[in-house]
Amino acid sequence: MSDPDMLHPELRGPENNDSITRHGRRLDHAEATSKPLRSRPEPQPRGARIHGNRPIDQAEAAARFIAAPEHEKMHDERLWDLRQKRDREMHGIPEWEDLRSLASAIKEHTLVHLDDYLEQFEANARSNGVHVHWARDAAEHNRVVHGILKDHGAKSLIRSKSMLTEECGFRPYMASVGIEVIETDLGERIQQLDHEDPSHVVVPAVHKLRTDVAEVFAKTIGTDPNNSDVHYLAESQREATRPLILKADAGMTGCNFAVAETGGVVVCTNEGNADLSANVPKLHIASIGIEKVIPRLEHVAVFVRLLSRSALGSPITQYTSHFRGPREGGEMHFVLVDNGRSERLGLDEFWTSLKCIRCGACMNTCPVYRRSGGLSYGATYSGPIGLIIDPTFNARKYSNLPFSSTLNGSCSNVCPVKINIHEQIYAWRRELVKRHETPFVKKVAMKAAGELLSRPAAYRAAIAAADIALAHLPRFVLYNGLNAWGKGRENPHPPKQTFHSWHHANRGDKG
Amino acid sequence: MRIGLFIPCYIDAFFPEVGIATLELLERFGHEVEYPRDQTCCGQPMANSGFNADCAATESLFVRNFSGFDYVVAPSGSCVHHVRDNFDAIEQTPEVKEVRARTYEIVEFLHDIEKADAFPWAKFPHRVGLHNSCGTLRQLKHAAPSELREPFFSKPMDLLSKVEGIEFVKPARPDECCGFGGTFSVFEEAVSAKMGYDKVSDHAHAGAEYIVSADTSCLMHQQGCAERIGVPIKFIHIAQVLNGASA
Repeated sequence: MSDPDMLHPELRGPENNDSITRHGRRLDHAEATSKPLRSRPEPQPRGARIHGNRPIDQAEAAARFIAAPEHEKMHDERLWDLRQKRDREMHGIPEWEDLRSLASAIKEHTLVHLDDYLEQFEANARSNGVHVHWARDAAEHNRVVHGILKDHGAKSLIRSKSMLTEECGFRPYMASVGIEVIETDLGERIQQLDHEDPSHVVVPAVHKLRTDVAEVFAKTIGTDPNNSDVHYLAESQREATRPLILKADAGMTGCNFAVAETGGVVVCTNEGNADLSANVPKLHIASIGIEKVIPRLEHVAVFVRLLSRSALGSPITQYTSHFRGPREGGEMHFVLVDNGRSERLGLDEFWTSLKCIRCGACMNTCPVYRRSGGLSYGATYSGPIGLIIDPTFNARKYSNLPFSSTLNGSCSNVCPVKINIHEQIYAWRRELVKRHETPFVKKVAMKAAGELLSRPAAYRAAIAAADIALAHLPRFVLYNGLNAWGKGRENPHPPKQTFHSWHHANRGDKG
Repeated sequence: MRIGLFIPCYIDAFFPEVGIATLELLERFGHEVEYPRDQTCCGQPMANSGFNADCAATESLFVRNFSGFDYVVAPSGSCVHHVRDNFDAIEQTPEVKEVRARTYEIVEFLHDIEKADAFPWAKFPHRVGLHNSCGTLRQLKHAAPSELREPFFSKPMDLLSKVEGIEFVKPARPDECCGFGGTFSVFEEAVSAKMGYDKVSDHAHAGAEYIVSADTSCLMHQQGCAERIGVPIKFIHIAQVLNGASA
């Protein structure tokens, strides 16, 4: 690099973030070392625009995320850091790949015998004194939970993170029936206060800078809007939320593993908030997706070894809590929820997506997700796993999502239960075309391409025309708003002749 | 050995030098190489977009062109991946299966079939960042991907190491996707371009003068990105380096 002035800002080293370099030297005077004066922090880019049942435009939301470089850079680097920590943990376990195969086999076995294990789980839970409910869909789940709360006259509910209840639109439902929900997971609480969905299954507010959090807390719990110190923010939230936790009428958790042979559930958290939700109030409700069941307690060990290593690159979550029955004077309810899972189980190409243990490793490794933010997907599940689950909920609304991937396959490689995620993304593309859920222009373009590429003579003529066009069109024609290639990239430089014509001239006898 | 040379459409149109290098390289090893003149494409662009039925005619044409060769060799990992792993819009007759199984990417061919152990004609005294495309890395398994716990191996590096003067640099994210992704590059252009900027910047930071890859499509995208943001780095296909390109 002989002339640093020529370098694009992308190329300046991370060590030089606060300095201006000229001719390769770091300047020491004030101009070079002070931070730029800015009136206000970069505003948080918001997620996908939702228009009823119309297909989510993930690319549009992703472009806005990229247009907020501080957010995009932080998000990409933070999640890549998790991926690297995951890799380090993986290298510490010689039997890692065997462990993945075992976890996958346990899940596949359970899914194949799901009815048996669910009945076993239910029977054992009941004999432990737990009330067991079944919910066909989101609406039934919400009604069941509301019913339990009504029976107990509960007006407030503390909750630890659960993607299932996000699926069910639980918070808005509870608001509509006048029950206050208080999230106990810090990230989830931030998202609740900001009226946003979680953007990631494990780190729900990872798309936010601390300045964004300061802004949310200033508006909602009265912190100093100019103070974005992490400890100050966390402590303020704690002070504001703890009293609500202590006087809550009921508690709710999700479930990481439901053990058929014991009838107990296992919940993994890093903040101990599931224990607060389950143990502070007398009433504990656990919402459980039916695919969470595993046969035996010893199988928990296999998944626990994989879960946090894959998710955050830590050997284990701070808390791995087992709940098996109500404590004295208390009540415990399990709500087993289908919400589309049985139907998914019947899909030949997609049923293994039910193996997912919601670790988020596929999101952390996904180069598209890291640069788009989870809210750009406009769905409960974002990132690679979202691309293959979301269309099962609504094939029209989420019809674009399987195209938000380069099919690079890194997701499948990090998946601790070996879901062939990228192959399912590819299969969903086919499926959506079959179901006529792809845009008309794309359909026309692909049909035309298919016809052209199967007719050598027509193809040769088109190639010649394209060459001439690229060579002679002025730059502004190629780089206008309609040319998606040229918007962010230069075009390839057309050569003097194609390989085809070179070959004809030089090896004419061998074709 | 009778080899059918498959030159994918974009290489034919934009990077003839890659096709020439592949042809010459195979000839250096004494093979009889034919270039069926009616070839166009493998069908991948339509298939990757979900329009599998629209590639049936293109796939049939491919089989007509390449049936009967001992090997079909192409300088493009993603096209070979399509032919070998996804090429199912047409009936899988024994002829179709045969063509699919005999289709090789040039690095694989030289490493696994030819077992090439020297490229005495080649010198490349440059600092090189190797870009394993996702198709070659995770589908054709050219090398050990960073996500899996398995012993290190790298077929392209094995081959390039035999070229005099070459020096490898270590990018921070060696096997992160560069963002090309076929039609992804236009349907999701903002993310695609950003991934490309990050990729070329990573290699430049590591000190690479050249990015070398077995996938010209990735290089085409990366070159467009590098030129746009002014990253001074050059791009060259692995076949050109192995064939003795001087730079």
